[in-house]
Amino acid sequence: MQIIKDLVELNGVSGSEEQVANYIKQKISDYTDEVYTDALGNLIAFKKGKSSNVNIMLSAHMDEVGFIVTGYTDTGLIKFRNVGGVDERILPGKTVLVGDNKIPGVISAKAIHLQERDEFSSNWKMKNLFIDIGSEKKDEAEKLAPLGEYICFNSSYQELGTECVKAKALDDRVGCAILVEALKGTYEFNLYACFTVQEELGLRGAEVAAFRVKPDIGIVFEGTTCSDVPETEKHQHSTRLGKGAVLTVIDRTAYSDRILVNYIYNLAKAKNIPVQFKETATGGNDAGKIQRTGKGVKVAVISVPCRYIHSPVSLMSKKDYESSKNLALLILENLSSNLDNMDKILKGVEVNV
Amino acid sequence: MFELLKKLTQAFGVSGNEEEIRNVIINEVQDKVDEIITDPLGNLIAIKKGGGKKIMLAAHMDEIGIIATHIDENGFIRFSNIGGVSPYTSIAQRVKFKNGTIGIVSYEEKLDDIKNLKLPKMYIDIGAKSREETEKMVKIGDVACFCGDAVKQGNFIISKAMDNRCGCAVAIEALNKLPATDNEIYFVFTVQEEVGLRGAKTSAYQIMPDIAIALDVTATGDRPEANIMEVKLGAGPTIKIKDSSVICHPEVKRMLEDSAKSADIPFQYEILEWGGTDTGAIHTTGGGIPSGAVSIPTRYIHSPSEMVDVNDLENAVKLIVEAIK
Repeated sequence: MQIIKDLVELNGVSGSEEQVANYIKQKISDYTDEVYTDALGNLIAFKKGKSSNVNIMLSAHMDEVGFIVTGYTDTGLIKFRNVGGVDERILPGKTVLVGDNKIPGVISAKAIHLQERDEFSSNWKMKNLFIDIGSEKKDEAEKLAPLGEYICFNSSYQELGTECVKAKALDDRVGCAILVEALKGTYEFNLYACFTVQEELGLRGAEVAAFRVKPDIGIVFEGTTCSDVPETEKHQHSTRLGKGAVLTVIDRTAYSDRILVNYIYNLAKAKNIPVQFKETATGGNDAGKIQRTGKGVKVAVISVPCRYIHSPVSLMSKKDYESSKNLALLILENLSSNLDNMDKILKGVEVNV
Repeated sequence: MFELLKKLTQAFGVSGNEEEIRNVIINEVQDKVDEIITDPLGNLIAIKKGGGKKIMLAAHMDEIGIIATHIDENGFIRFSNIGGVSPYTSIAQRVKFKNGTIGIVSYEEKLDDIKNLKLPKMYIDIGAKSREETEKMVKIGDVACFCGDAVKQGNFIISKAMDNRCGCAVAIEALNKLPATDNEIYFVFTVQEEVGLRGAKTSAYQIMPDIAIALDVTATGDRPEANIMEVKLGAGPTIKIKDSSVICHPEVKRMLEDSAKSADIPFQYEILEWGGTDTGAIHTTGGGIPSGAVSIPTRYIHSPSEMVDVNDLENAVKLIVEAIK
């Protein structure tokens, strides 16, 4: 879990992923043939295959949701807007860190004593909230938190109970951690591990990364929604905590290749790796762009269920992370040692495992 | 035309699951083209080789449907849409899973107000008594199409999946009637149009044609109290001017007009306010591809009873042959 702890405590709001990229670069340098950063900031690690020319692209996004400085009040408070999807109702009272210098701040709202009855019963809107970094003057705030600076949730890695981890940015540092592990193996096919940028703003990094890599198969590793909590009907749970790696059949951006998904599911079952299907069709991820690249790419998505996703307190089960990681390694190992299986997937023929 | 349409519309082909319809189409076209490719996403590309212009005809072969997302302990199936599925149109309809299992779509009776009906409040009943019994027939991730027989009554044809087996039928018939030509023509039967024009994007990238024409269906304005739209059933195929995905290239539009006029084929202009077609994805591929579309006027689109006029189909075939020969 050390790598998860390291990764979630780095700040990488969409568009400012350098810290995360630098950490990953140093972790993988011994295991790759080539590592480069493209124009948008995607970190692409290449590992040449021993015998096959098939390109497999693994993808995980480095960026996380957060905020951006958009202005100031005369009294030195900071105006801000979201970067990526954030529920504004959870914001008042949260602590944040501004920029690389990690200037601490709090998201402010009017004290309960001073609220009118209707304010009390309605939700705060982001436009009425401010970030207080303790400055009393506008120019001081401007210096510490320049216009356009990124703002991150301030939340440390913490283990809850025996199985759970609470942190920000589990979406998608869990995927980044899995890709780092995957790079440690040696494979017959060409492996591209793409650590992408700006997923939360519209799958932007993945689009150009996939265009460069031209993969035959793309597998995306993600943190995904998990709503197995009271107030959600059973059929809307999406995924269940502790029940294993999640396979997506369809979401709003991609339709996974069914033969690839069946292969992965059967492989997991055969090796007793807990696996579940995502039971909603909402959301989307890098697979949407990868699938539509070039002459088309067969894609699958493997995710770790994260409760309270896109908040400073997202929560995952260590078991699910292990299941997802083990499944990733199993797939790569199986494809590498059974090139026939890969051939069948590429030709659209069901694979028996 | 009706026999072909019947075969095409009744084949299974929900977006992402186009194997059956693809095989039906392969059977229809394989003897008449020089090469057939099924690409990574499942697009069927049938090529009539030549040294002249590269022309891409795109007709999506997928249809809307539903996907099973959850099975409860009593065996009822919860589902999500694949493509534009209206909750209201779905009530009491039959759906058919790929393995033939039939289900009935219904909704939670305790609903406060039917106006709030959304798919998460709906379910599919296949007559099973438990999750275990359902799972023997339907698993999470399985897809189903809506049921709707093909019926011909006078000039009208009604069926499920007229969107867009009409386009497929026109492409196949145009291939059958195509005179000798120097043009290299790509008859592309695309996948996953209903979930975001996906197959058209990747097939256009591989082909990089000089010009592309999509074949699809379009809405009409000829029903009681319908929204205003200058398209009628039976008044000819439409030449698309725009929809929400594309403004058609003026040269392609003019070429289609000239073809229609020179062969005395009736046509209408199409301005579709809502909805898109493969042209939307094709025209922004690579450095840009001059693209247009010919559509079949269709009533009750995305319902199990989509209605077209057979004359519009016949005229669309004539128009396409005239344009690409």
